[in-house]
Amino acid sequence: MTTIVITGLGATTPLGGDVPSTWEAMLAGRSGVRQIQAEWAAELPVRIAGQVLVDPSERIDRVKARRLDRSTQLALIAAQEAWEDAGFTWEHPGAVDPQRLIVSVASGIGGLHSLLDNWDTHKEKGYRRVSPFTIPMLMANAPAANVGLAVGAKAGVHAPVSACASSNEAISLAIDRLKLGRADIAVVGGTESTIHPLPIAAFAQMQALSKRNDEPERASRPWDRGRDGFVLAEGAAVLVVETLEHALARGARIYATLAGSGITSDSHDIVQPEPSGEGQAGAVLKALADSGLSASDIKHVNAHGTSTPQGDLTEAQSIKMALGTGPIVTSTKSMTGHLLGGAGSLETLACVLALRDRLVPPTINLDDPEPGLPIDIAATVRELPAGDIAAVNNSFGFGGHNVAVIVTSEHATR
Amino acid sequence: MATTEEIRAKLAELVNDIAGTPVEKVQLDKSFVDDLDVDSLAMVEIIVGCEEAFSVTIPDEESKNLVTVGDAVAYIEAHQA
Repeated sequence: MTTIVITGLGATTPLGGDVPSTWEAMLAGRSGVRQIQAEWAAELPVRIAGQVLVDPSERIDRVKARRLDRSTQLALIAAQEAWEDAGFTWEHPGAVDPQRLIVSVASGIGGLHSLLDNWDTHKEKGYRRVSPFTIPMLMANAPAANVGLAVGAKAGVHAPVSACASSNEAISLAIDRLKLGRADIAVVGGTESTIHPLPIAAFAQMQALSKRNDEPERASRPWDRGRDGFVLAEGAAVLVVETLEHALARGARIYATLAGSGITSDSHDIVQPEPSGEGQAGAVLKALADSGLSASDIKHVNAHGTSTPQGDLTEAQSIKMALGTGPIVTSTKSMTGHLLGGAGSLETLACVLALRDRLVPPTINLDDPEPGLPIDIAATVRELPAGDIAAVNNSFGFGGHNVAVIVTSEHATR
Repeated sequence: MATTEEIRAKLAELVNDIAGTPVEKVQLDKSFVDDLDVDSLAMVEIIVGCEEAFSVTIPDEESKNLVTVGDAVAYIEAHQA
């Protein structure tokens, strides 16, 4: 049985331009949701979002940036931090055997800015002004492919698309590939950048977004009775994962074990979760089986918890169904907003740090919890017990995708 | 009518903007692809940039013949309005 460990972390989020600043803000219970200052926001019903705190232009060279969609730029920033955190040099392929290195980096939607900006150009100035880079910028595998170029991955570059479950699915895919022996090391994660009038209008028309425009920091409030939808956010999170054998051979620092994952599909509705929570619970149960763990090993759940009226209730039921009432549950989306395809990997990364520091970040804005919730939600920072413990990260996506990933404190460098 | 030097200077600006190549490297004898870090897609952007800057039309089949900066300058000189 192959053991997989996590050896590098990287992120750029509404809370910070890297992992330490993001994690510090999570433990402090800070919100990264702000009003959108762009002029176009004025005429929209939703004028708030989780915008990255550090603009990618501060990190990516101008000439390079003009052929990369913003979602890919964010992915590259997170991947560089993770790759260097794992002890490698960025853009110097060959540090690991390229034939044993894979990339699995997802985006839920793809290069939306590139697509829409070039369509605007086409309409205003004609086809001749459309950028020849449009296709390699908008394709949903562009973040993965560009990360693959930077690290020199030759054993496969993957970009599974499953809406808001995409980056958890990317992690799951890499787990399977490593367990099958197809590679020794993987760069995994997800990214998204969709803060643009069209997706905001479209999500708002679905009645999916919070309209708490005057109190952006209080808008994302999972399980609170005053919740009125999710908050759109952008950002990326990337992890370096490898077989225990590979990590030990190169003397890598180990954060945690990536124990396993589980995937189910609701086959119920294109956007609504199956209301009993059976499909979601099924993903967690499969992840437990994949990890060789039992429900009592799980001490913490980073929930999908998007702050939608129905979604939060269904998930509370499904967590109880799969794991009982023991784990301390949180939704870090209360602070970051919803990174869509970037959410799963960011929240798996948060689980890793929660296990390391034995601290569960709070679900902020839980002022008036739904009555009778069957789970233990951390409204403030909570401590986790000592010893070898495990955490589940849930991610669900439009289309009925349910993906649970489990990390444990086993093999962590003390 | 732009002079040879004005056209070269504007081309240098475009190449710098699109490919990041230092403007002083953009001389008439230099090949876009071999000397100036311009790949095939960046070349398309440079061609379109020239069309915009000099009000010329450079058909796709013509653009294949513009190998050096000098080729492009000569084409623009011959075709500008």
